Amino acid sequence: MTDTDVTTLAASTDVAGVEPRDRSAGSVWFGGIAAAAAWLIASLVTTSRPDVGDWSRTDEFAIALMATAAALAVAAIAARWIGPLAARLRTATPWLIVIPLAIAAWEAVTAKFPVLPQPFFPPPQALIEVYTDDWQRLGTSVLHSLRLLAIGYLLGATAGFLLGVSLGWSRAVGYWVHPVLRLIGPLPATAWLPLAFFAFPSSWSASIFLIALATGFPVTILTWSGVAGVSGAYYDVARTLGANGRFLVLKVAIPAALPHVFVGLFMGLGASFAVLVVAEMLGVKAGLGWYLQWAQGWASYGNMYAALLVMALMCSGLITLLFRVRDHLLAWQRGLVRW
Amino acid sequence: MVAADVRLAAPRGRAGTRLEVRDVSHHFELEGKTLPVLDGVTLQAEPGELVALLGPSGCGKSTLLRLVAGLDRPRSGGLLVDGTPIDGPDPSRVVVFQDPTLYPWRTVYGNVALGLEARGLLRSQRARVDDALELVGLSGFDRAYPHQLSGGMAQRAALARALVNEPSLLILDEPLGKLDSLTRISMQTELVRLWRDAGFTALLVTHDVEEALFMANRVIVFSDRPARIKAEIVVDSAYPRHRDDPYLVDLRRRLLELLGCAP
Repeated sequence: MTDTDVTTLAASTDVAGVEPRDRSAGSVWFGGIAAAAAWLIASLVTTSRPDVGDWSRTDEFAIALMATAAALAVAAIAARWIGPLAARLRTATPWLIVIPLAIAAWEAVTAKFPVLPQPFFPPPQALIEVYTDDWQRLGTSVLHSLRLLAIGYLLGATAGFLLGVSLGWSRAVGYWVHPVLRLIGPLPATAWLPLAFFAFPSSWSASIFLIALATGFPVTILTWSGVAGVSGAYYDVARTLGANGRFLVLKVAIPAALPHVFVGLFMGLGASFAVLVVAEMLGVKAGLGWYLQWAQGWASYGNMYAALLVMALMCSGLITLLFRVRDHLLAWQRGLVRW
Repeated sequence: MVAADVRLAAPRGRAGTRLEVRDVSHHFELEGKTLPVLDGVTLQAEPGELVALLGPSGCGKSTLLRLVAGLDRPRSGGLLVDGTPIDGPDPSRVVVFQDPTLYPWRTVYGNVALGLEARGLLRSQRARVDDALELVGLSGFDRAYPHQLSGGMAQRAALARALVNEPSLLILDEPLGKLDSLTRISMQTELVRLWRDAGFTALLVTHDVEEALFMANRVIVFSDRPARIKAEIVVDSAYPRHRDDPYLVDLRRRLLELLGCAP
């Protein structure tokens, strides 16, 4: 072991381990006082004058805004005692100021002055009302959506992964599957919708099929290209060390292709969201897509926005989950995109 | 008692094998054209010998090594290890490539353990991995990933990955070609030490005349492509060698002449 070797390794671990120290850490958080003021403004706007419509949670909403303002004010003064939380709040300061101002503007142009046409643009307290009064139906819808998505996605991802590996590995599979894949793959899964709804026993199983199809295509293509792109030198090394075919697939081809596989899984997840919503709007009588459709049918636009927000959180959460799994499995890679 | 003594005295690992290359010719088909790379090559390496194959870049030396490793089959001629024809890769004949080609998704330990794992021996012979790491001076780096290693360390790890299989024939394909000159010199010394301790037969492909003279018992000089054997020079000098030994300097001049590089 030479000295240069040691220092190279030490330097590279240092870069990963050391976090820059925030010089302002420990003192009063002045940005927090500004943020508290902004939340207070939002609260005052909410209570400033009577609503132009009939919304039942205006007072509760104003109190919640006020409570947030108070909590931020306390955090701003007590910054030196709450350590890591203060550091995280500090980086979020601009957002903590902009969000209440946006809420105040939204409140003003919907509930206080009839600038935007009602009932198409409900105020924030209308969403609060949905979450407090209709959470059961909304929650059930989320669970239904998640179940449908999870089954369809896992089936599609598994099938796509297996197909992709066999395409990359076997010439015979490539000969038969490649032309079919080229013809069928680019077709949007939703184009199968009318066919699937009468070919399958239930709209639920049809939706599973469509979600699996939408997920499977990108996963297949990316897994395939990942396996096909594995350097021949990796196989040479394993072969001279006595590896058999099974070892070459499981311990060389698949791990080497994993970065590609995850790109496919990411694209498949996005495609599966689209199919999920369409399937729920057109056939399945449950789930967030159905909820959106139902709310629109009753002209309950508050419910629609509330469901949209929940859907955004759900989709973002699932993508985050996928990225966490990837970060865990591909910890050996450098320069991963942070989600 | 006598048998036990002999075993103790024997070098660690398997004893070297005898390699015979008999009139091997090989060519590639490139876009319908035939590209000859090896032309009637005949050579042998005695058990425990370190033979250097010296020649210009791209002359076909690496192709010969792939044939010896069993990764490719020759178009004509035969290759034998201890009298048995080579019909595929075997962990007793391990290659160290010019690029370390460590698997980036495995730690240094996982890379070195590769051969034992592939043959299902890892569970029972875990200690051999640690021994190999220690042999190349990488103890304590077992949990590092390849991207954290310097070029020299990566090549050491690749060497450990080969040595853990206790090869009887170690095939070195310009293993030090991409290292900086100082690291290269220290690695040459270490390779000679490892080879002398272990007793395996070694084939060293190189285009570095000094490296060949510093390490090998015998230097075989190849012509430009298609590779033919031009000359064979026995380096009759004891180890450890000194680079400025007048005998080696003289041989160096002769080799450079053979390669057409002498002033």
